[in-house]
Amino acid sequence: MSDVYVLGVDMIKFGRFPDRTVPNIGAEAALMALDDAGLTIKDMQAMYCGNLGQANAMVGQRILQEIGQTGIPVVNCANACATGATAFREAWMSIKAGIYDVVLAVGVEQMGKGLLGGAGGGDGIPKEGLLGSGTMPCVFAEAGMEHSKDHGTTFEQFAKISVKNHHHSTMNPKAMYQIETPLDIVMNAEMISYPNTKLMCSVNVDGSAAAVLVSEKKAKELGMGRAVRVKASALASDPYTDRDLVMPDVNACTRLAAEQAYEMAGVGPEDINLVELHDCFATAEMLHYENLGLCKDGEAGKMIDEGHVELGGKVPVNVSGGLLSKGHPLGATGIANIYEVCTHLRGEAGDRQVEGARLGMTHVIGLGTACGIHILEKV
Amino acid sequence: MSVKSLPAVDYLKIPKDGDPYLEGHKCGNCGAVFLGERSVCSKCFSRDKMSAVKLNETGILHSFSVVYRSFPGIDVPYVSAIVDLDGGGTVKGNLINIEPDPEKIDFGMKVRLTYHDALGRKDKEGNSYLSYFFEPA
Repeated sequence: MSDVYVLGVDMIKFGRFPDRTVPNIGAEAALMALDDAGLTIKDMQAMYCGNLGQANAMVGQRILQEIGQTGIPVVNCANACATGATAFREAWMSIKAGIYDVVLAVGVEQMGKGLLGGAGGGDGIPKEGLLGSGTMPCVFAEAGMEHSKDHGTTFEQFAKISVKNHHHSTMNPKAMYQIETPLDIVMNAEMISYPNTKLMCSVNVDGSAAAVLVSEKKAKELGMGRAVRVKASALASDPYTDRDLVMPDVNACTRLAAEQAYEMAGVGPEDINLVELHDCFATAEMLHYENLGLCKDGEAGKMIDEGHVELGGKVPVNVSGGLLSKGHPLGATGIANIYEVCTHLRGEAGDRQVEGARLGMTHVIGLGTACGIHILEKV
Repeated sequence: MSVKSLPAVDYLKIPKDGDPYLEGHKCGNCGAVFLGERSVCSKCFSRDKMSAVKLNETGILHSFSVVYRSFPGIDVPYVSAIVDLDGGGTVKGNLINIEPDPEKIDFGMKVRLTYHDALGRKDKEGNSYLSYFFEPA
């Protein structure tokens, strides 16, 4: 089977664009990725499009209606917060299978403001605030508090993650925000769902990201100069665990996907030079240091306390600013984090460059549950 | 139109003569306990081994959050709790009759189920609902 390469990849600067349409936002990133690859829409043999908010509205086709209706097959994917990673993985699989040599993957989302989640809908009466809370800040707070229970993790340690990611975002011109948030500001921000304050929740933004994936044959033909090898692609659903249907288990699902990704890549966590992981809330990032094997179980608090996950540390995590500051347009996130890692592997990340990066990992997890992990390698 | 008190969720049972209780469905092969009816076990994949069981009234607080911001119209703060019931089954609900202060809530504390009107919430037809809550045991 052919290796698969990312030949072109880009994202728009995340922001709020209420006057634009979803396809219009997606089309911008698609064109940017095509330009980055030095190709046109005429060269694409298929398109995989990730979007959640308009999952029944043929977003991929509507993007092509904006940038070029070539008649290629289009598949629209929805997989919660793993939507973008799923679209990318479908593109990867189609090349792995030998069906195509050049494929476009696009992720796009237009978000409202405000809380996500909640046990609404259905018959009868609203359940939010009656049977606990189904809001995302609370669900991920409960997951974080489980870590506190097992390992004594503190509010301050969770808050430090937000300080770090906001600091990283000051070096990323494509992040929604470039604002330093010192520890006291993070801890004294409005408490949303303990221990997550407002600054420990991801930012709802509009955004898009896209990638052009090619076969080895095509990469050699077009020039490997800036190509990035997709060393592993893994996707897992939630395996049965005792509380999963009541308290979504983001740990088991991530561990399952991580195990598969490391095995496919033939590398271990110690080989990874940078990670873009799913910091939808500060509490979530803490869990994934252990879930991805970046440290032993129980040592996540030490990872943030001792600076191992900062730019310049042993394994920098979310140097883009992460979902906490770069922003989290659900369907775009999984390709935006691939853009970030590719940018470092290409040595083009400017002030936030992870020096000498050769292997990087991306991770997203959507409740329901879907976890997508990719390992990317400098060629 | 008659106004009735209905269960807030389908796994809350209100017998005509007797006290309300939570119902689980237990797999006869592996013992996994689920909320809500089903015929196949998602743990061991057995078919047609499920039977309804009355869940215990007491349990242990597994995890929680104090919710300070919810959707408009929802009273805050409140404690959202995940409870492992004694004898099997995990249930999520509000923990009441305790100060909503993270410092004052202990992991592993014993709690019990209690049943009350669903915070005055009514459906379009004006029906009242009965719900379940947890309180310190």
